[in-house]
Amino acid sequence: MADMGDCIIELRGITKNFDDQQVLRGIDLNIYENQFLTLLGPSGCGKTTILRIIAGFEEPSKGELLFNGIDIAKVPPYKREINTVFQKYALFPFLNVYDNVAFGLNIKKVDKSVIHQKVQKMLSLVGLDGFEKRDVTLLSGGQQQRVAIARALVNEPKVLLLDEPLSALDAKLRKEMQGELKKIQQEVGITFIFVTHDQEEALSMSDTVVVMNDGKIQQIGTPVDIYNEPENRFVADFIGESNIIEGNMIRDCLVKFDGYEFECVDKGFKENEEIEVVLRPEDIEIVAPEQANLVGEIISSVFKGVHYELIVKTAQREYKIHTTDIHEVGKKVGMVLDKEDIHVMYKMDY
Amino acid sequence: MKKRKKGFPILYIVLCFLFFYVPILVMMVFSFNSSRSLTRFEGFSLHWYEQLLADSEIMGAVSVSVSIAALATIISTVLGTLTAIGLSKTRRVLKEWLLNVNNLPIMNPDIVTAIGLMILFSSMKFDKGYMTMLLSHVLFCTPYVITSVYPKVRQFDDSLANAAMDLGASPFQTLIKVIVPCIKPGIFAGMLLAFTMSFDDFVVSYFVTGNGVQNISIIVYNMTKRTNPTINALSTIVIVVILVALLIGNVVPMLANKKKNGRLKEEER
Ligand SMILES: Nc1ncnc2c1ncn2[C@@H]1O[C@H](COP(=O)(O)OP(=O)(O)O)[C@@H](O)[C@H]1O
Ligand SMILES: [Mg+2]
Repeated sequence: MADMGDCIIELRGITKNFDDQQVLRGIDLNIYENQFLTLLGPSGCGKTTILRIIAGFEEPSKGELLFNGIDIAKVPPYKREINTVFQKYALFPFLNVYDNVAFGLNIKKVDKSVIHQKVQKMLSLVGLDGFEKRDVTLLSGGQQQRVAIARALVNEPKVLLLDEPLSALDAKLRKEMQGELKKIQQEVGITFIFVTHDQEEALSMSDTVVVMNDGKIQQIGTPVDIYNEPENRFVADFIGESNIIEGNMIRDCLVKFDGYEFECVDKGFKENEEIEVVLRPEDIEIVAPEQANLVGEIISSVFKGVHYELIVKTAQREYKIHTTDIHEVGKKVGMVLDKEDIHVMYKMDY
Repeated sequence: MKKRKKGFPILYIVLCFLFFYVPILVMMVFSFNSSRSLTRFEGFSLHWYEQLLADSEIMGAVSVSVSIAALATIISTVLGTLTAIGLSKTRRVLKEWLLNVNNLPIMNPDIVTAIGLMILFSSMKFDKGYMTMLLSHVLFCTPYVITSVYPKVRQFDDSLANAAMDLGASPFQTLIKVIVPCIKPGIFAGMLLAFTMSFDDFVVSYFVTGNGVQNISIIVYNMTKRTNPTINALSTIVIVVILVALLIGNVVPMLANKKKNGRLKEEER
């Protein structure tokens, strides 16, 4: 993780209503200097609205937005040291690449020679040397993307907001840009607040992932935490594939589901509390039936490229398992779990 | 079958053009006539143009027409553009209502607008003359500007305005540096319409003017009561001015397009 400095943006109890619809329901979030923070959640959960509040295009209905400790909820967007890379780039079609990037500096009446130097430096940072005179409407999606990033970064903001910046690119270019964005962030050393609905993108780029659903934060953590220790069923379901099983916590480090007790590493639940257990498909190990408590029959096996996806039917349910070994359909098998691979979550009320 | 049909439409178009343009051509030719006759061409001369330039009454009318058209164009373009931008941000019901109201002055017969304005100015005890004429021209030009700017404003992507403000532009800077360049074709078309509408207006001007202030159309109307070939010279000049305005309006966007296409091709290479 990049070394993080002080808290730069603080959201305290932010809510937002559009007409009578509550879109954000009390968002508390600290964002630090140098952090690559990702807001992850399904479409319509309020990610863009949070960005627009931080950028200044929407006012929160309730709550405080602090920038370096000062409430900026009423400061207009053009007075904030924050810049945005918009979802559809929003490049100015009547300006060429150079003038698009120079727009912010021209507005601030910076000296022409300084502008020239900064724009050139920024264009080479995003790999667009020699594109100065090009018409932005004739660039490819990836190139437009780079212009949008350069146009925002050239103003040397404290925070850069990126609203699903890669969603319009094809899969290969997308992968490339993910790596590049991460590199750029480390190079310029500022806070990036990145929005995506793609969990893989979020996990591979971020220092911190904020998982959202329905206007509420579900979990904040490092990508590894989010993947390995989902706090509730929504996070487990949204991040990667998983088997989610209802059970009871017998006591610290002992959980019971599907009729058997298992050792685990989770603590701090009430005795006999109803919980849910997440088992990642790749964490379930297949053994001979007599070596395990959980036994079932393989009812399907599908090749997925790197692994096979098996469905094992037990008396209680069907388990999804990822394995690189070949197993015949119809075979009786046993399933065993390491205690680190059993993730216990609070039960969500639906 | 196809071939047989082809001859007639061409003949039809030629007849139409002859019908429209022969009178104008005749008038233009006779403006260079050396005699007073409107039926016999007796030799080329610039006599009537000299007369025209020497006639201070006519020259006064020319300057009224030109200055009113210029001022009315500027004022109605600014008003109409701001109104169109404002309209696009208005609630739907109010917007549709306002757009319909905006069409009224366009569809109204000029005479109705003219008499309405005349009564208005009289009842408010306005001193009729240059100001009332200018106000009236602004009034009937603005709807044309709104009508030609509004579609461009609707096409405008709001995220561009957001981007400009995000980069530090105040709302006013955003208007000038981003919104106006994007809707420029609409503004330009509106300006041209406003200019031609104002420059060749007769009916409204005739009813709202007073105190001896006359524009070109009014003076031409008054002159037709006597035969005076000077009006041929004047009309020729008016036609040339309007022709030039139309040419600018059609050729400039065409050239701009060509330039852009040229660049496109260059980049493909
Ligand atoms: N200006 C607005 N007026 C009314 N509703 C809005 C507005 N902006 C967003 N919403 C609603 O707020 C919800 C969250 O939107 P958004 O923040 O764009 O979600 P996301 O970016 O996570 O997809 C959606 O249901 C959307 O319809
Ligand atoms: Mg969004």
